[in-house]
Amino acid sequence: MSENLFFSTIELADDHLILGHRLSEWCGHAPTLEEDLSLPNLGLDLLGAATNLYSLASNLEGGKRSEDELAFGRIEKEYKNCLLVEKPNENFGHTMLKQLYFCVFMKLFWNECNSSKNKILAGISEKSQKEMIYHIRHSGEWVIRLGDGTEESHSKMTEAINELHPYTEELFYMSEASLNCAKKNYLPDRLKIKEAWEKEIKDIFKEATLSYPSILHFQIGGRNGIHTETMGHLISTMQYLQRTYPGQTW
Amino acid sequence: METKSTLWEVFIRSKSGLSHKHVGSVHAGDEVMALNAARDTYTRRNEGISIWIVPSAKITASDLNNISETLENSENKIYRHPSFYDIPDDVGHM
Repeated sequence: MSENLFFSTIELADDHLILGHRLSEWCGHAPTLEEDLSLPNLGLDLLGAATNLYSLASNLEGGKRSEDELAFGRIEKEYKNCLLVEKPNENFGHTMLKQLYFCVFMKLFWNECNSSKNKILAGISEKSQKEMIYHIRHSGEWVIRLGDGTEESHSKMTEAINELHPYTEELFYMSEASLNCAKKNYLPDRLKIKEAWEKEIKDIFKEATLSYPSILHFQIGGRNGIHTETMGHLISTMQYLQRTYPGQTW
Repeated sequence: METKSTLWEVFIRSKSGLSHKHVGSVHAGDEVMALNAARDTYTRRNEGISIWIVPSAKITASDLNNISETLENSENKIYRHPSFYDIPDDVGHM
């Protein structure tokens, strides 16, 4: 069992690490000083959750690799994050939409995870769920204002939806490891929260005067280690320090 | 670039019983975004339990040019300071 839980925990941890890294890229580049503080702050929440999840994964593996080695010592194919979180930031609205998609999903996921048979996961879920509620408030309010803003901001949000929505299906992808963990009540069944996710996104889009797209072909691959071409660049930046000074701590 | 962002003054109450204290300002388009910005800018290190935001333009301030009529009036009323009483030791910190 611990092997399945290990793989599922890595999927979760990688999602948080990679999206947290993407948010950190805004540091010094955000459109306003206020957002320049907010975006890395949201990223740090995700990084905090990733730290706890990698630590759990490291324990499940019997301490074979430390949480740092898991986070920074693997090659591209070994990262199991969904493709959505590795998508480049593009513009501010694009980043807010990506954040909204992910955080609505995670809020619902953690809510189900509160009753996990694994006490550590139940603990992580309680803390993270609160953070997700704030992330949804932050990103959701921006999506509403940019969607229902000027002609230009509306069209940029529509572009962002067209580009990112095809990547949302992978949030609900159940790998073999996840199916096993769901059966044993360690982790929730991702498919079960799909309806609630769609409803929450639709409600926000409605307020934002944005239309909810109907997508025929979804993009998946990350859960199997097949990434988009930007992932390699992301990893080379993210792993630079550990590759240059292996085992470095601070 | 056209910008419609407003300046908001931020007040934080550090714990119950204490009053809200001015900590700085943020730019935001409306009150919801101003509260979010204030939360992210001024409560990064557990600073408070409550946030107020007020549009800076709504604050009426005393006029610096009239300072003598407005504020100097109390300068010679030293009897308003409770400095003529001996405070018993038992009272402790006041």
